[in-house]
Amino acid sequence: MSTATVGKRSFGAVVWDYLTTVDHKKIAILYLVAGGFFFLLGGLEAMLIRLQLMAPDSELIGAQFYNELFTMHGTTMIFLAAMPLLFALMNAIMPLQIGARDVAFPFINALGFWLFLFGGLLLNCSWFLGGAPDAGWTAYAPLSVISPGHGVDFYALGLQISGFGTLMGGINFIVTIITMRAPGMTYMRMPLFTWSTFVASILILFAFPALTVGLFLLTFDRLFGANFFVPDMGGNEIIWEHLFWIFGHPEVYILILPAFGVFSEVFSTFSKKRLFGYSSMVFATVLIAFLGFMVWAHHMFTVGMGPIANSIFAIATMAIAVPTGIKIFNWLLTMWGGSIRMTTAMLYAVSFIPTFTLGGITGVMLASAAADYQYHDSYFVVAHFHYVIVGGVVFGILGGLTYWWPLMFGKMLNEKLGKWTFWLFFTGFHLTFFIQHFLGLMGMPRRYWKFLEGQGLETGNLISTVGAFLMAIATFILLYNVIITTVKGKKSPADPWDGRTLEWSLPNPTPFYNFKQLPLVRGLDPLWVEKTQGNGKMIPAEPLDDIHMPNNSFLPFTISLGLFIAAFGFMYRVDAGFPAYVAIGVGLAITLGSMLIRSVKDDLGYHIHKEDLEKEGAGE
Amino acid sequence: MSTHEDVLSSENLPHEPEKATLEGKNKFLGFWFFLGGETVLFASLFGTYLALKNSFGAAEHTTPSQELFGLELVFIMTMLLLTSSLTSVYAMYHMKNHDFKKMMVWLGITVLLGAAFLGLEIYEFYHYVHHYHHTFTSSAFGSAFYTLVGFHGAHVAFGLLWIITLMIRNARRGLNLYNAPKFYVASLYWHFIDVVWVFIFTVVYLMGKVG
Amino acid sequence: MKGWMGRFRALFLLSSLALVLSGCGKPYLSALQPKGEGADMIYDLMMLSVIIMAFVFLVVMIIYTIVIVRFRQKKGQEDFVPKQVEGNHLLETVWTVIPIILLLILAVPTVQYTFALADTTPETEDGEPVEDALWIDVTGNQYWWHFDYRDLEIQTSQDLYIPTDRRVYIKLSSNDVIHSFWVPSISGKMDTNPGKNENEMFIHAYEEGVFWGHCAEFCGPSHSLMDFRVVAVSPGEFDEWVADMQAVDPEAVPENPVAAEGKDLFQENSCLACHAIGSSPAAVGPNVTSFGDRSKIAGILPYDKEHLVSWILDPEQHKPGNLMTGKYPMPSKEDAEKIAEYLMSLQPSDIGPDDAEDGEYIQPKPKEETEAEGDEAEEDTNEE
Repeated sequence: MSTATVGKRSFGAVVWDYLTTVDHKKIAILYLVAGGFFFLLGGLEAMLIRLQLMAPDSELIGAQFYNELFTMHGTTMIFLAAMPLLFALMNAIMPLQIGARDVAFPFINALGFWLFLFGGLLLNCSWFLGGAPDAGWTAYAPLSVISPGHGVDFYALGLQISGFGTLMGGINFIVTIITMRAPGMTYMRMPLFTWSTFVASILILFAFPALTVGLFLLTFDRLFGANFFVPDMGGNEIIWEHLFWIFGHPEVYILILPAFGVFSEVFSTFSKKRLFGYSSMVFATVLIAFLGFMVWAHHMFTVGMGPIANSIFAIATMAIAVPTGIKIFNWLLTMWGGSIRMTTAMLYAVSFIPTFTLGGITGVMLASAAADYQYHDSYFVVAHFHYVIVGGVVFGILGGLTYWWPLMFGKMLNEKLGKWTFWLFFTGFHLTFFIQHFLGLMGMPRRYWKFLEGQGLETGNLISTVGAFLMAIATFILLYNVIITTVKGKKSPADPWDGRTLEWSLPNPTPFYNFKQLPLVRGLDPLWVEKTQGNGKMIPAEPLDDIHMPNNSFLPFTISLGLFIAAFGFMYRVDAGFPAYVAIGVGLAITLGSMLIRSVKDDLGYHIHKEDLEKEGAGE
Repeated sequence: MSTHEDVLSSENLPHEPEKATLEGKNKFLGFWFFLGGETVLFASLFGTYLALKNSFGAAEHTTPSQELFGLELVFIMTMLLLTSSLTSVYAMYHMKNHDFKKMMVWLGITVLLGAAFLGLEIYEFYHYVHHYHHTFTSSAFGSAFYTLVGFHGAHVAFGLLWIITLMIRNARRGLNLYNAPKFYVASLYWHFIDVVWVFIFTVVYLMGKVG
Repeated sequence: MKGWMGRFRALFLLSSLALVLSGCGKPYLSALQPKGEGADMIYDLMMLSVIIMAFVFLVVMIIYTIVIVRFRQKKGQEDFVPKQVEGNHLLETVWTVIPIILLLILAVPTVQYTFALADTTPETEDGEPVEDALWIDVTGNQYWWHFDYRDLEIQTSQDLYIPTDRRVYIKLSSNDVIHSFWVPSISGKMDTNPGKNENEMFIHAYEEGVFWGHCAEFCGPSHSLMDFRVVAVSPGEFDEWVADMQAVDPEAVPENPVAAEGKDLFQENSCLACHAIGSSPAAVGPNVTSFGDRSKIAGILPYDKEHLVSWILDPEQHKPGNLMTGKYPMPSKEDAEKIAEYLMSLQPSDIGPDDAEDGEYIQPKPKEETEAEGDEAEEDTNEE
């Protein structure tokens, strides 16, 4: 069963293994592959957007298709690329960082993935079934309610299904971190990446239900004749905006906090220093999360909430700059006095600081409610959130993947190609987005299918498009890097970066049960503690004994598949009639039936016997 | 370290069988967090309802909440659900004392009370639709009302199915460390539904009656 | 409403930053070249935040540069183990307190300006209420703008005429989806919501000119083409425009025979069902009373007959998803030309976009006279 024997098995067996796996390391790879696929898709959409905006008054792409493109670009990148890629890192690393053999709910973990995947696939089916959603990733009502065709239905139902998955993933991570830490791994010894996973999961738990409700209301309005957002029938379209942003703003922190976690690990490792101000970093993370729930309405300054509400939300938003600033300075001081190695992962981390500082600066500018009347919904905002989400989250994902690649795949990515990717991506990114701040202030609103000639917007848009191409080239080099190292790369040492945290104490490849004996944690950066004060190996906290493992299951796949089928039925209820009802019936039967099986069939897992573990140990 | 036989055995149960295993503890904790999420879900629905209460726009049928709601029926429903919460507490009490039969009896009563509640709720909806033309699509108020109360009703229905499934599945093998957390979590869910109803009773019906 | 920050304004303008910024964009569109009260205030706030933030960025970048230059791993020192520092309370306090102070400096004017910009109670400088303030009801539609001059019985679409000597108060709503009213060089934006969520704001142009407005809230396929103009004219010119617009006779037959024929066609083809002439409350489509003075066709196309004919024959080609397409019997090209001729002849006022751009400032008539005129106008309506 261990990864070493995977190569010997047939292709079908490998596929079946991944369809039924409940191993967090394999689920991480599933998240990575699916998230990577959607990232490429979202990138392709972005390139088409930039091509359309390369020249004024361009007729390259039609207005409707353009709207579908930017709607899907945003939706895909946030829900189907950034979050799953972070989930890949969380799944792969967090249990290892706390010294756990698995997550708290392996079955739910798999279910979370398959729900996300089927939700994402459902959303993208829209391209082939009459057009993608076209109301923006924010899907403001009533535009989203009156949008013809089924595009927005795909949006609502696809996100609903994948949202369930995310929610389950979040609960799973929270419980894992609370109950499954190794002996001695107190809360204040947890690596920052684990901390940020923990906090982001709490955010998911409390933010996603608001989206769930919003999407239900939208679905009811569109498919079942409800009147939530229909002003003529007493509805109020602003409710959607509130529900969306009560979810949507914490979502930003759900994305960025894990990226902060990644950088904290990378800075510390490649400066050979412990994280400066660890406790204030933890405090800042929690504070950002807390404030993150108080500021949703800063996305709605121009809605007409009145000066009192606007002022309150403006000040609350500015307050977030303080903990974020604490983090920036702590990272700088982590490097101060260190011995910095500029690996590819470190390059991402180092370049993140000025990039994210710029994003934070524009964030504070946007928080100034009165001034936001000019910035709002202009390219200034587009520039701001790309600085935060690309400069923060995407840099974090790329840096984190480079850093943990040896742990996930047993091989190292090519550093030379990695640096090429970095420099092209970094240059392209700033070229694309820096100028957009000015485009916005010069009067270019966002989501504009075309800008007209003679408004002074030509040069800026051209530069922006050129930058986007550089990012695309960088992505291709990254892909080539992944393929070439997978095919030709050599096995990497178990601890290639001179790591500090628990995950680097594991052999390469990581055994499927992770820790043969749970390690005893003696301080922050446990492995570093053992390297400097011990013999460089973790001390076991328990004698060698049987290990309890969960069984694989195909049910997560079928539960998700059933919802996928039923969603089509709900959507085409009116147009298709009977066949649609059959789809609803069959789909729900599959889902509920699978849940019933899960409920009544005992799933007790199995044990790896002590003797087998001893044998395996001898073989090493 | 426990083996399969231990987990499925009804002998020698500890005092709190629902939290005796790591799986049980995880389930217990995870479910509490799930209920946290559910709280946000219902809070959002309550917010929406309050924003759209008695909001009719140009709708054809516009019976305001004061005329619409009859408190007698809703009061009976409230009593039924509150009592069912109490009976589920008895069930859990017997579970902790390892008295499987009594637990099943009390769970059975809980299910009956829940079913009665659901039946009355369906009657209530039927009444609104046929006497006042107050439907899901008649106005924003209607949409908000049926969505909030309906979400709760759907939770009740799901809870009933869940408890019934657990009862049938485990009827013949008794209590053990494997199913104790399942029963316990189901009862937590039932309490949560009850708490939500208390809010619905207050916010929707009582406040709807006064103004 | 120029608070204490006004005094720092000169300093800001001198800073090279502002010089660079003011080179950005076109004067009739750019938020960086404010020509109105709101935009001016916001520009001050923007500059304040830019300066504070530039300071923060500078501090970060100085530490950053030192760090990555000085503390790189040196050749031959791969085994060097740096001191493992836990933290430093003094430093951590410093970088918590200083940002808080900086943010407070920004927060105070932010609140002040947020309230100032939300002040839609017409008052004179002494705090006396203004009775005859100019109120305009702005309605967003997919994909055009309607302007209803409250109490003046004037309706226009696409081009909004305002005087430069005072604040103009606008009430914003929408007939379909959410739009957002944005004239960057005059003021910040405000959403137009359908239903009950109406908004109010004021706009006040300091200079005469034709300023470009955009829809800033995504509203459908032609969101990017929902442009409009604000024609800011001197108060005297505005009064003249108002008088002319009030005197419009919707039934007037143009002298030009082609245009007269166009008028009949305009009626026959049921254009009037949507496009009102004169102060009719019907506003299914843009009001065309002063079509002859428009600065653009449909807000985006160059103002000439060729484009107007092309628009009439195929609006979909110019504004995808517009609500005019398919709602009327398609006229022949000749008929369309006649209709165009008619529409372009609708020039009820001598005041047009040119007057906003010619730089000539005409003072309003003395107060008594305007009041007398106002009374007459009232009497007229009473007689009707």
